[in-house]
Amino acid sequence: MFGEYSLGDLGSIFAMQGFAGLILFSVYLLMALGLAIIFGQMGVINMAHGEFMILGAYVTWLTSVFFAEHLPALFGIYFFVAMALAFCASGLLGMLVEWALIRRLYKRPLDTLLATWGLSLILQQVYRSVFGPREVGVTLPDWMMGSLPVTDIIEVQINGLFVIGLTTLITVAVFFMIFRSRFGQQIRAVVQNRQMAGAVGIDTEKVDRLTFGLGCGIAGVAGSAFTMIGSTGPTAGQLYIVDTFLIVVFGGAASLFGTIASAFSISQTQSTLEFFLSGSMAKVITLLTVVAILMVRPQGLFTLKVRR
Amino acid sequence: MTRAPSFMDRKDLLALAAVAALLLIVFPLALDGFRLNLVGKYLTYAFVAVGLVMCWGYGGILSLGQGLFFGLGGYGMAMYLKLEASSVENTKIQSTPGIPDFMDWNQLTELPWFWHPFHSFPLTLILIVLVPAAFALLIGSAMFKRRVSGVYFAIITQALAAIATILIIGQQGYTGGVNGITDLRTLMGWDIRTDSAKFILYFVNAILLMGVICCALFVRSSKLGRILVAMREKEDRVRFSGYSVANFQIFVFCLGAVFAAIGGAMFTLQVGFMSPSLVGIVPSIEMVIFTAVGGRLSIFGAVYGTLLVNFAKTSLSESFPELWLLGLGGLFIAVVLFFPNGLAGIWRDYVQPSIDRVFRLRSKDPTDPGQNVAKQAASMPAE
Amino acid sequence: MADQDDARHSRLRRQLLMGMAAAPLAGLLPKVAFAQAPATSAVNTTGLAVTDTEVTVGILHSATGTMAISETGSIQAEKLAIEQINAAGGVLGRKIKYIQEDGASDWPTFAEKAKKLLVQDKVAAIMGCWTSASRKAALPVIEQYNGMLYYPTFYEGLEQSKNVIYTGQEATQQILESLNWVVREKGAKTFYFIGSDYIWPRTSNKIARKHIENFMKGTKVVGEEYFPLGHTQFNSVINKLKLTKPDVIFTDVVGGSNVAFYKQLKAAGINLEKQTLMTISVTEDEIDGIGGENIAGAYSCMKYFQSLENENNKEFVAAFKKMWGEKTVIGDVTQAAYLGPWLWKLAAEKAGSFDVDKIAAASPGIEFTKAPEGYVKVHENHHLWSKTRVGLAQKDGQFKVVYESPELIEPNPFPKGYQ
Repeated sequence: MFGEYSLGDLGSIFAMQGFAGLILFSVYLLMALGLAIIFGQMGVINMAHGEFMILGAYVTWLTSVFFAEHLPALFGIYFFVAMALAFCASGLLGMLVEWALIRRLYKRPLDTLLATWGLSLILQQVYRSVFGPREVGVTLPDWMMGSLPVTDIIEVQINGLFVIGLTTLITVAVFFMIFRSRFGQQIRAVVQNRQMAGAVGIDTEKVDRLTFGLGCGIAGVAGSAFTMIGSTGPTAGQLYIVDTFLIVVFGGAASLFGTIASAFSISQTQSTLEFFLSGSMAKVITLLTVVAILMVRPQGLFTLKVRR
Repeated sequence: MTRAPSFMDRKDLLALAAVAALLLIVFPLALDGFRLNLVGKYLTYAFVAVGLVMCWGYGGILSLGQGLFFGLGGYGMAMYLKLEASSVENTKIQSTPGIPDFMDWNQLTELPWFWHPFHSFPLTLILIVLVPAAFALLIGSAMFKRRVSGVYFAIITQALAAIATILIIGQQGYTGGVNGITDLRTLMGWDIRTDSAKFILYFVNAILLMGVICCALFVRSSKLGRILVAMREKEDRVRFSGYSVANFQIFVFCLGAVFAAIGGAMFTLQVGFMSPSLVGIVPSIEMVIFTAVGGRLSIFGAVYGTLLVNFAKTSLSESFPELWLLGLGGLFIAVVLFFPNGLAGIWRDYVQPSIDRVFRLRSKDPTDPGQNVAKQAASMPAE
Repeated sequence: MADQDDARHSRLRRQLLMGMAAAPLAGLLPKVAFAQAPATSAVNTTGLAVTDTEVTVGILHSATGTMAISETGSIQAEKLAIEQINAAGGVLGRKIKYIQEDGASDWPTFAEKAKKLLVQDKVAAIMGCWTSASRKAALPVIEQYNGMLYYPTFYEGLEQSKNVIYTGQEATQQILESLNWVVREKGAKTFYFIGSDYIWPRTSNKIARKHIENFMKGTKVVGEEYFPLGHTQFNSVINKLKLTKPDVIFTDVVGGSNVAFYKQLKAAGINLEKQTLMTISVTEDEIDGIGGENIAGAYSCMKYFQSLENENNKEFVAAFKKMWGEKTVIGDVTQAAYLGPWLWKLAAEKAGSFDVDKIAAASPGIEFTKAPEGYVKVHENHHLWSKTRVGLAQKDGQFKVVYESPELIEPNPFPKGYQ
């Protein structure tokens, strides 16, 4: 298929393709980070993860409408405000859900799956009743659309750069928080031994609530960022859920490094295959490969001890 | 009174009689043809739910991919019916007569090899059972031998269901794609679309379901059933006692797969088509929900749970088409939070004691062996 | 024909006799406003839900699930049409009452609800279905219980049923004329197909490919790609577009994928003002989600655009906005859904009956001159004669009509040479 193209063209395309893979990697990582915290650290299967992302997307939309009507001068920077608001909205909802629902189910991880599935149905219907069944279009500030031309063919998407930057920032922040901060120490303590953690004076309930809220908040930011590349509708969240869980499981549930490695390998596989095959088949082959590897190596790429 | 088979105690027999009376007498008398057909459709999900009680309730392995097996059974039956509906004279306007219409639309000029066995009805029936069992064996031996369990197993099976959907939709020349296999007409010359055929199929379905229930009861009461419960409670101890945990898990997973496939085949017969929307993640999770609502430890509860959720779904969506998700979602949360043992738990904790009280007032014979067995059975599947 | 004439005469005679018999009664009940309405026993011989004052129809679309995004417009249009018909005196002197059922974006549910509407509610007609899959699921039920379905979506063809009136375009109607246009106007030589992975895009692309390869000189297809429904990552295919540099990108991506596709296309620096893109899946409804600024410059081929300049359409758009709000937009399918109740009313009046067989027989030849798209006529094959238009997407989410086929195009659901 490449016979008719010049070497320069091909080089450019491979560079572009690498960049596309990098964007996909960032997108996957951003989707999976929140879940990696909730599922990996707490053992909770949050089937409503996608709905928390969509909440972030709706918050972004509301913010854009507000800025367009009341503060048109500041429209260029509304996106940052929106992301902060999305983090707060999803995080607070997450804490509420943890308090009302999840904390009663820590001993029954499979039941969290059923309860959060019910929650996702409710959230979908709430979105539909509040925002209407149609998709909403989020208008982006002009500076975020378009691309920077590097050569004739190679163009770097600004929103791609933005997603990559955002993902890096959030990942670093999460790592800092988990491995360097006092709060992270508490989270890890609770993960390793809940009773001992409680015995040395850690308020385990509070830690649980904040951890869950943090995971949901990151989902909200991810949803906010995805308004740049995807659609915002009541059921859009369901699109993400399988991919996200597979990334976390493939990485080895309790390992944040594993999540990064798995997001990277899955995104590169898919992006490369998509270039050579049709989109549908690329997806099937990627998923099958992941499942096959998981069957051989069920603990995922990286393993730590999981809380039982 | 006739003697109960050895694998059923008196309580099971009573419960079986109650289900039989409900399915074979009450529903056919009380419901019109349309509603009865609907109940028939719901009952096909009950096959899956009974299988899930065995896998999840007793074996402790939660599969979120039962839709895959339901689909394998359903597609098997649909392929047979479609071939029968695509006779040369029925399809003479096509560019290649004698193959299913969707293949013709996708420029296929001959029947793919894996469709050929489905010309024969006996072979179809065998494949409906064998193919899902083989898949379950493959998946099960890959995973259980490596001690994948719990959440991981759930998520991997979920991914399998997702893959199956994408594959079916993507290979539409061979599978009918997103539309599924539609417009099925006759089974060996017998028009399955008529009201009388639907009536007969309802009974076939109900009796098959009773058979599956009996099969599940048999497995539960056998030594295997007790090992399953032991495994669920303390997998390691069973392993250290010298049992091959993996083999038992594989067996019960295959059993659940076969049950689901039979349900799928009956679904196709009664509804008249099969589509990938019954294979994916959403139906798979819904089937788990039916089981949870019925009570994950109760084989009979699975049937009632399936019926209850589906009745609720249909009536809520008829009266409040835009709000039924709220009720459904609330139901799931309520069941998990407040009634973890589902309907069966409510029955055991609230209804059964009062019945027992009445019963005890009537016959004060403390040596009644039936009651002791019943009590044992009731106390056994405690969480 | 003779038989039919006889039947009509005897029906007329029967109606007259009944009218005479009813006349003294009507005198006793002066408040009954339907004195001129034909008797129920005359217009309904098959036990449909028809009373002396009301006739019941069903609306069957997804109000929940992923398809609710698209189907909401159709529900709104059908309700508007029913309200307008009622305000104008109803059908055969009877008000239309509707029962709405939710297909929940789930194909078996469509079959179940269609059966419920026909068997239990005995509706005289069903306005409904949207995706091909939902229609394929419901169709056997509708044929078995002899219902009447008015199906609004443009679709892949390859189907024709006595029990269905297809108010949207079939694939050849929609595609061929616009391909001719883009080759003529833009001098296009190479095409790249991108679609969602299911039957409608695949069949449409097949027809387009045959037309390009067999019926036009010097044009070819340089790529064809399908993505799973709901796919949101298109960067790889966008790179392939940059490599192959096709004259025309021809897309039939649907649903949420659309939003992702156009946003990423724009972000990747493909300027639709310079790169010709032709879509057969984007209406004003979709642009609502995509954002006008992301798709401005693309061409869409449809039979209807909200911006059509004619009196019918002005009235329709005004009425629609009055009923459903200023901000709602009207896409091709919404307009086609609006035609359903009207075409049914006209057929019932022509047949003088609500009986499905008579309506099915009376439908061919029905002309609807008040259609927002201009003028439509029902073909023998139960599809509509219609014009095809090419619209240029604007930043405000509307289309500027740049081309309109001079004549009505004949519907041809089983196109020879394209299979």
